[in-house]
Amino acid sequence: MAEPKFRVCLCMFWAVCPKDDFQEELVIRPLHSGDIYASFQFRTLWDTDFMRENKVSHYRLFPKSLGQVISKFSVRELHISFTQGYWRTMQWGQPFIPSPPGAELWVWFQDSVTDVDATWKELTNVLSGIFCASLNFIDSTNTVQPSASFKPLGIGNVTDHSFLRYATLPREIVCTENLTPWKKLLPCGSKAGLAVLLKSEKLFHSSFHSQAVHIRSVCQDWQCKTTSWELRQTVNSVFDLHNSGQAKREWSLFKMFSRTLTEACPLASSSKLYIDITDNPQGEQFELSPATSLLSQAVVLGDRRTFSVYDLTQETTFGSVRSLNLLIRWKSNEGEMLRPLLHAERYVAGYGLQTGEIHTLMYNNHPYRSFPVLLLDSVPWYLRLYIHTLSVTSKGKDNKPSYIHYEPSKDRVKPHLLEMLIQLPPNSVTEVTVQFERALLKWTEYPPDPNHGFYVGSSVISSLVPSTVAMDTNSTRERPLFSSFFPCKEESSYFVRIYTEPLLVNLPTPDFSMPYNVICLTCTVVAVGYGSLYNLLTRSFQIEEPNPGLAKRIANVIRKMRGVPPL
Amino acid sequence: MAAPLTLLLIVAVTIRAALFRSSLAELIAERVEVVSPITAWKRVVEGLALLDLGVSPYSGDVFHETPLIIYMFHFLVDYAEITFMVSLNKNIILKHFVVEFRKQKFALEADRYPMDSLELIRSPKEMYYIPLKVAMFYLLNPFTILSCVAKSTCGLNNAVLALFFLSTIKGNVLLSAIFLCLATYQSIYPITLCAPAMLYFMQRQYIPVNFRRVSFWWFIVQYLFMYLGSLFVLICLSFFLLGSWDYLPSVYGFILSVPDLTPNIGLFWYFFAEMFEHFRLFFLCVFQINVFFYTIPLSIKLKEHPVFLMFMQLAVISIFKSYPTVGDVALYLAFLPVWSHLHRFLRNIFLVSCVLLACSVLFPVLWHLWIYAGSANSNFYYAITLLFNVAQILLVSDYFYAFLRREHHLTNGLYLKRKDGSEATLILK
Repeated sequence: MAEPKFRVCLCMFWAVCPKDDFQEELVIRPLHSGDIYASFQFRTLWDTDFMRENKVSHYRLFPKSLGQVISKFSVRELHISFTQGYWRTMQWGQPFIPSPPGAELWVWFQDSVTDVDATWKELTNVLSGIFCASLNFIDSTNTVQPSASFKPLGIGNVTDHSFLRYATLPREIVCTENLTPWKKLLPCGSKAGLAVLLKSEKLFHSSFHSQAVHIRSVCQDWQCKTTSWELRQTVNSVFDLHNSGQAKREWSLFKMFSRTLTEACPLASSSKLYIDITDNPQGEQFELSPATSLLSQAVVLGDRRTFSVYDLTQETTFGSVRSLNLLIRWKSNEGEMLRPLLHAERYVAGYGLQTGEIHTLMYNNHPYRSFPVLLLDSVPWYLRLYIHTLSVTSKGKDNKPSYIHYEPSKDRVKPHLLEMLIQLPPNSVTEVTVQFERALLKWTEYPPDPNHGFYVGSSVISSLVPSTVAMDTNSTRERPLFSSFFPCKEESSYFVRIYTEPLLVNLPTPDFSMPYNVICLTCTVVAVGYGSLYNLLTRSFQIEEPNPGLAKRIANVIRKMRGVPPL
Repeated sequence: MAAPLTLLLIVAVTIRAALFRSSLAELIAERVEVVSPITAWKRVVEGLALLDLGVSPYSGDVFHETPLIIYMFHFLVDYAEITFMVSLNKNIILKHFVVEFRKQKFALEADRYPMDSLELIRSPKEMYYIPLKVAMFYLLNPFTILSCVAKSTCGLNNAVLALFFLSTIKGNVLLSAIFLCLATYQSIYPITLCAPAMLYFMQRQYIPVNFRRVSFWWFIVQYLFMYLGSLFVLICLSFFLLGSWDYLPSVYGFILSVPDLTPNIGLFWYFFAEMFEHFRLFFLCVFQINVFFYTIPLSIKLKEHPVFLMFMQLAVISIFKSYPTVGDVALYLAFLPVWSHLHRFLRNIFLVSCVLLACSVLFPVLWHLWIYAGSANSNFYYAITLLFNVAQILLVSDYFYAFLRREHHLTNGLYLKRKDGSEATLILK
């Protein structure tokens, strides 16, 4: 209670008052398969200008390390995510914030940047230090410049894609060392508010967990006269029913996170807990305790969902025990999940270590509407794609993409980039196939476990999917955080981004124990050639004088010593 | 002569047509022994597809053919099979003519040699069947058949080289320079064939090979002027096709710097796959110089025998080039019947032919074991590569030995006797 008054007094003291705001929320959605999906979002809004001449020096809620990164590297937008596990769209539905397995980083730079590649390299190294991740492996061999996907999620009408860089590291493993610096960026750290639930031993004991940081500029008002910087930190995780070793279908905050909530973050202007009860209108599927009377409706992912809301800024939420341990107890097993409209799979076909084929399948499950999707594929240079073998078929017939952008790879310099705009017919499967050839690399280019294989990053499928309810296009209205991540430009469709599985491809390997032997043997063969030709070129034929036997030679030597003519 | 040749042509075309239509064609087109990153047909199609997409074929690392190939196949891509067969037949007819003209040389020199070595000289009757044998060696060689069915552009390179031989032997300096320049433009290595071509013309025009004579240098300047002039024209034409110099590093930089380590029958791939980074540039230079290195010494030794010098150069190029294929091997193997008179002096021919045969059979076996079965590793395939190259080197040096020995006998007599009258043995000293 004293906090807001204190803040106002502080503002009165300083002429320039940094207008920043922090909100936190947790959405828990029970999934049809019995698993539970928990999505944390922490948003800091700050009305400041990082790009002006005098550097911003007074940081309050906004983390200083990220602010310095934005101003030093002239970043317009930054999105970084660390994910362990693969999001199963068919079983879990659509996530609020999609992310591919491994690490993903995409950045829009400001127009003032002259050398984008050098800035990108420095930025990846700095982020590698901030998040304790091996992002320094991002270099020109896995960075691409998408030409149509990854439009800015914040404000800014940018058309020049030379300021965009996208890279993934599918092999990156997420662990406690990545979560700890991530938590440090929060205003309350992991000491108060929703972040106390983020304990690594329980959080990483899940089928899927992803932590991300999204920085962008957003409009403050409807006319967009003022803009502010928005920092969103998100954690998405799916807890497995069977993995957590429980017999009955019952979830609680303590079971999921081994912690309960005791207070909201004092610096947060709003701290809420949402439980998705759309499939449970009368309470016949599951029972929620402690009960709450607050209800909220939101349109998210093309669907109107109902949520029970727990407001953590109110003392009454915590009850007499001063801690909130939400309990969800299932009563029945019925109910069907809404089939996601867009779904994708990818796999490698073929056998042997010489060639192969990448198949990407995209499912359009809408009964009568067709919609276009933008497919982005970034394949490393050592899988040589043959674009003349590209085929796109829907329902057995050829489906010609209306836009193809292909950048062939250059060995050891840049990867392949394939972007296509494909119209998916209703209720169909579209298959995209392309053949590739596996390259033999130099022995130093293989990772320490070469027979594990090489990872190919996930394909990105971006699409505007038709929505069943009207979407809200006013982005400045007060809305829960989970429904305002992707900007909404029209009412009849919503933006969806899907990541396919990463691929694991084996390459032929040379024998790593043989460099010296190989050099010797090959040089021997060359020397055999050289030697024979040298002999034939420099010597001439002569009649051979027979060589006397050893006995005769010794005898001749003795005879010479005696002064007698030889034999 | 015409009838057996026509029959041979028909048989060869039939075999190739049958293989083109069968399912083996795709299998053969993927074999690494038959196609290389420079000559593969799949890459030509890929380059044309990239051009259709509006991307320069040289912006990636898949297409390494010269712009002339783009020009040609842009119109002929649907008739690819016919193109390759036509180039093949041209090859044969040219070789046929080459051999015809060789006969003349023998007749001229018959009176220079001592009596007993006359049996070393071939009579025109013996030489009658040589063109047919050359045609047979080339057309029915499994290497050539595989290369043609795979639609490897090596066949086109061979056709250009055969045209070069024809124009050289016929005495047409300008055409010879132009075809040699075309061959060099396709792959850099035929530049070493300048020396035998110049020596042949000088011999034909009775210009003595003497460094102090003006006529010698004047002829060299003339030939080089024609050669470099046509090369310059070709390079400029290629620039105007795509409007950029991108193709220079993509084609010539690729041939010289060997970035692609796809296995083939040569020595480069595994060597550079296992090379310590520090020494890579050094050994690259050594291996590339190795191809060009034998030109001067061989030219000095064989300055009176430019045709054999051409054969030696061709063999050296085929063995030591950066991306050899069996098509290159087939080219110089086809010339062996021309030197059938050397058979009595060859020492290792049985061993060499056995090794070549065994290696040719083992290549696909060990490839399958490495790539598909996973029970062997790259060392097995590499070992067969080494053996194959050693066999080729032995073959070439054996023929060289036999040639030199025959020359020695021609000047010194066939049945040599030692000082005491017993039969002598010749050694190299």
